[in-house]
Amino acid sequence: MNAITILRTALSSLGSNKLRAGLTLLGIVIGVAAVISLMAIGRGVQQTITERIQSLGTNLLFVRPGETSTRGVGGGQGSAASLTIDDAYALQDSPFAPSVSAVAPELSTSAQLVAGRKNTSTTVVGVTPEYQFVRNFPVEFGQFIGPNHVETNAMVAVLGSAVAEDLYGFRSPIGQNVRINGRQFEVIGVLEEKGGSSFFSFDDRVMIPITTAYYRLSSQRTTQGSISVQTINVQIEDVSVINAAMGEVATVLRLRHRISGDDDFSITNQQETIEALQEATNSFVFFLGAIAGISLLVGGIGIMNIMLVSVTERTREIGIRKAMGAKRRDIMLQFVSEATLLSLGGGGVGVLLGWMLTLLLNGRSVIGSTPSQTSFNADIAVLALAVSAGIGLFFGIYPAMRAARLHPIDALRYE
Amino acid sequence: MIELENVTKIYEMGNQQVAALGGVSLSIDEGEILAIMGRSGSGKSTMMNVIGCLDVPTSGRYVLDGEDVGRLSDDRLAVVRNRKIGFVFQTYNLLARSTALANVELPLLYGNGKDHRRRAMEALDRVGLADRARHRPAELSGGEQQRVGIARALVKQPTILLADEPTGNLDSRSSEEIMGILQALNRDEGITVIIVTHEPEIAEHTARVVSMRDGQVIDDVAVDNPRQAVIQGLER
Repeated sequence: MNAITILRTALSSLGSNKLRAGLTLLGIVIGVAAVISLMAIGRGVQQTITERIQSLGTNLLFVRPGETSTRGVGGGQGSAASLTIDDAYALQDSPFAPSVSAVAPELSTSAQLVAGRKNTSTTVVGVTPEYQFVRNFPVEFGQFIGPNHVETNAMVAVLGSAVAEDLYGFRSPIGQNVRINGRQFEVIGVLEEKGGSSFFSFDDRVMIPITTAYYRLSSQRTTQGSISVQTINVQIEDVSVINAAMGEVATVLRLRHRISGDDDFSITNQQETIEALQEATNSFVFFLGAIAGISLLVGGIGIMNIMLVSVTERTREIGIRKAMGAKRRDIMLQFVSEATLLSLGGGGVGVLLGWMLTLLLNGRSVIGSTPSQTSFNADIAVLALAVSAGIGLFFGIYPAMRAARLHPIDALRYE
Repeated sequence: MIELENVTKIYEMGNQQVAALGGVSLSIDEGEILAIMGRSGSGKSTMMNVIGCLDVPTSGRYVLDGEDVGRLSDDRLAVVRNRKIGFVFQTYNLLARSTALANVELPLLYGNGKDHRRRAMEALDRVGLADRARHRPAELSGGEQQRVGIARALVKQPTILLADEPTGNLDSRSSEEIMGILQALNRDEGITVIIVTHEPEIAEHTARVVSMRDGQVIDDVAVDNPRQAVIQGLER
């Protein structure tokens, strides 16, 4: 029996019971559509997060203390006070680090904010004026932290839009007083809203001069007297020199810290952050896919069920075919091809349906309150098709074997 | 050439063993036309199944055209059936949702030949149903359905045609038609025709009558002047 004959036979026997074939198909259609659309949602979320991080600039390096670049040193990462504000200024001006275009050290702490009867808990970031440009935090009202504020340890604060709204509602906070961990600050500016997902927000934070953060709020101080920082944000000339820049920064810091062995700092870049996040969201996408996969499996069992019924109903036909000279293989092929055709057809319709669902869900809030885009991928469509064909094959084999094993006489006598 | 030597066929029915054939020896030459007669339970159907290579004997030898087919595997038997044997059934056993033409094509699907459509049309023409090629079995009369069945049995040009109560479900006129076709195939093309029946009127059309009872051949007589079927209105 050649391929065309097999296909034609399978099509005509499926066509003889269209309702049944359609309903069986539906199981696979739903399964495949679920896989495609859920994966698209998952990938969309992943893409949204990645893009948001990328929008912060990919030409950034983060230097953090106390974390060796080789594994081995375990606890206390980032807690060591090995990086100082002087390290940051040294990177800014060093002839050994030509790729560095700007440097912004930061020192964050969480704090309680009180304004009138309202209060909130948020992250307070001690920054220098460069921070505004390096990390891209435009000011909406008032002004950002200036050089004079840093020099004089001024008690001034710039509020993130979410914090400003929490504490002051629609009133202007400029010139108002706010107590941060009990100390009184004057609000000099409000940041532009940056948005953010439910996962993390850039609007829920307050910025103060780094010197003020260190001397007035921070609990950790070095004995040397220089201001220790948690992160030095390093902006580099261009993404293309990112590897060179990482080397330069490391060299400068090693020289300053007189290091010959393990580094007492670590350098990461945005790309690594994105990769780490992607790794985390990958498992989320996989989880969604697995749930949808279960419905695909159920669809496969539906195929098996209907094929078993079909084998029983067509016992006499099998007998006739065997009497006419059909071998086991011929009967086997006939039923397997019917099952595969069913599941493949279901897969095709499912891909189409999944694709339409993906378009429909694009830009709507599916997970959390943030609208996310959906991302339809051809590779997943191809995979879903292949998997559904495989399912038909797998669940078709047992009924087909039962059919092939029938004895011609018994099959012919079957009523 | 069909040679059965002391063939037995024993079925297991629960704990009991039932001998459907109890040591049958029979020889059928090429080009014969004969009837196997007997009541139900006489073993004539089992005999037909063995001769038709649908089943293998429990013991004894079955040599078909010099080949011992009694020990072949299922798939090898399928090949023998496909090449050498055409079946005609009492209940026609046509595929209900396929056209007459597609039904006749069926044995060709399991062989190597080409020109399926043309050969199937020729076979249909041989039984006078060329104009019914696109009809489904339900749209044909019983006699026409049986003629489709004969066309299907013919299409591979078998050496043996096995007909199991071919007229059992037909009126006398259609029966006469069917017998006429079977006689013509035997006479014109030299096909060995074996008819299993319990009706003496059908057996009268053959040149040899083998009678069976309780799994044994009890009588084997030649008929000198077989009755020739009178065919009326069968377009050829």
